[in-house]
Amino acid sequence: MDGRLCRAAGFPAGPGLAALSPRVASRIPPALRCIAPEAAVRDMVNPRRPALLAAVLRAAGSARSLVLLIPLVGVLLIPHARAEVAVGPATPLDLSAVSPAPPANIRASDTPNDGGGAITLRWDLSPDDGAGLGTVTGYVISRVDTSGGEPMLLAALGPGVDTYVDSPVEDGTPYTYFVTAMAGDVASRGAGGTSALAGPQWFNFGRTSVLVSIVGFAALLIWFISRARRGTELFIRKIAGLEAVDEAVGRATELGKPILYVSGLNPMDDVATLAAINILGRVARRAAEYGSKLVVPCYDPMVMAVEQEVVKEAFLEVGRPDAYREEMVFYVTNSQFGYTAAVDGIMVRDRPATNFFMGYFYAESLILAETGASTGAIQIAGTDAVAQLPFFITACDYTLIGEELYAASAYLSREPLLLGSLKGQDWAKLILVVLAITGAVLSVARFDWFRGLFAAR
Amino acid sequence: MNEVSLWTGFWPFTPERFAIWVGAILTLCIYSFLYRDNPFYKFAEHLLVGVSAGYWALIYWNANIVGQLLVPVLRGGVLLPLVPGVLGLLMFTRFFPRFAWISRYAIAFYVGGYAGLAIPSYMQARVLAQVHAAMAPTVSITAALLLIGLICSLLYFFFSREHKGVLGGASRIGIWFLMVGFGASFGYTVMARVSLLIGRMQFLFRDWLGLIR
Repeated sequence: MDGRLCRAAGFPAGPGLAALSPRVASRIPPALRCIAPEAAVRDMVNPRRPALLAAVLRAAGSARSLVLLIPLVGVLLIPHARAEVAVGPATPLDLSAVSPAPPANIRASDTPNDGGGAITLRWDLSPDDGAGLGTVTGYVISRVDTSGGEPMLLAALGPGVDTYVDSPVEDGTPYTYFVTAMAGDVASRGAGGTSALAGPQWFNFGRTSVLVSIVGFAALLIWFISRARRGTELFIRKIAGLEAVDEAVGRATELGKPILYVSGLNPMDDVATLAAINILGRVARRAAEYGSKLVVPCYDPMVMAVEQEVVKEAFLEVGRPDAYREEMVFYVTNSQFGYTAAVDGIMVRDRPATNFFMGYFYAESLILAETGASTGAIQIAGTDAVAQLPFFITACDYTLIGEELYAASAYLSREPLLLGSLKGQDWAKLILVVLAITGAVLSVARFDWFRGLFAAR
Repeated sequence: MNEVSLWTGFWPFTPERFAIWVGAILTLCIYSFLYRDNPFYKFAEHLLVGVSAGYWALIYWNANIVGQLLVPVLRGGVLLPLVPGVLGLLMFTRFFPRFAWISRYAIAFYVGGYAGLAIPSYMQARVLAQVHAAMAPTVSITAALLLIGLICSLLYFFFSREHKGVLGGASRIGIWFLMVGFGASFGYTVMARVSLLIGRMQFLFRDWLGLIR
């Protein structure tokens, strides 16, 4: 290392060191061994001048001594400085001016398990990063595409970093990458480029566990649905909130008041919204049978379109297409509290006998449930929004908690397709319980591979 | 509130000052609902619904029709957005009862596509990640509580058997876990709501009336 340092700084490596006694040579700092040793070691082998200067300073001690001290210091220091100039570069070597060793083994490859548009760069750290000279302050990543030209600076990374993902890039276009180690403003030399193409993959192996889970779950569902269709009796325990649905619709009919159905604020991509729409079908069928008025204010226009279809179909199924009115299901607004204000207004003016709050809710949950409670309506809520469940539990007569909401449509309709799917879900839960216990035991016993199977990326 | 502060809060009459007054009056109109339904609340409610519906129509137009359909197709020459564009146009057949059935194709694509997108992410985030977290490789009270809570809560949602015997006991523990969680969530959310109320009060008493600094 000393030899490389010396050559980089323009000095021969350690001339004259051999002439010194081992005791003296050992006292010279490694970084100084390449410069003229006689200059570097002079103060060590002849330390009288600094010692004398210190003694004079100690003796000075008072203001009166300063008069004598100033010329004396001059006498002591001037010959010393002159001697330094005469000998040559005796100042310690500035390591920040030395190029660090470049990173080695730079590899560029298409980022695996992605939809394309990314290239991953990896490299071995510079020998001077944390070790060696220890001067590396970071790495600079640059790129040249097929058009050539000057490398484009992509990123400046810190020391100790050996990976970089370049995204977005064009799929199928070759890019050449350069990784340069930096020591302050000084770059490493001789780092060659490495090329790669980006492209999409058909399958994300990082999510194999998700695929296996879905396939296994689907197999369970198909098995139980086929059993249900063959006429096997499938038992479902009582769910109080769902038992109350028919009763609540009947109450609205007896009182001659409308039924308010709110299906949450999330769009169609939410499972809770899908479950809410399934329950709406059941409520609409009952409302059509009993001749009750149904009011369904919607937050999302697409959810409104789907709910109009569901309600229409429900009225058709029970032979009451004449009773269906498109204005039963209507759009209000996409503003959270604008929607809340409107539904509150409906509750206090139309005084529905029954309020359903099914789906995903946010901060409006308590406002809706409290207003409904103040009107004396029977209220049934169901949501998988954990933060909102407490408000529904306190302000509603019945609350479907999470999974109960998903189970509702099967429970209410008793259709083989839905019952089979509910059974499949139950068995999936049992399997999860067994896996969780097994995984916990194995993890505690340091068999982490089993736990790793559940880590999807 | 006093006459002087109201007057100084109103003058000089700048657009910002006018906006504060409108906001404050509408806030009071909405808060009047705490007493009972009244014309002031109805006015504020209808204004809010109308303005927000118009606002969101504009957002939808700019973000979806212009941003994701017109610009990519007309300027970028990308043809793929035409497929959802045509499906979107099919939704307008709902205005013509004779052809309304055609809109069901668009709805079918929409529901099917969203369900397909949602199921893998739910499986990953709500099933696998939970089970993974429950298998903590540590022996501690927290890890044990997490595992017991997960198992008992799952058993509470087991619908294929009556909740009697061992299953009944486990599900009762499960509902306790759930209720403790809901209680904590309740307290946390109430604190957040109180901070919202404080914000509105600051708006009324500081920005509008200037009674607090």
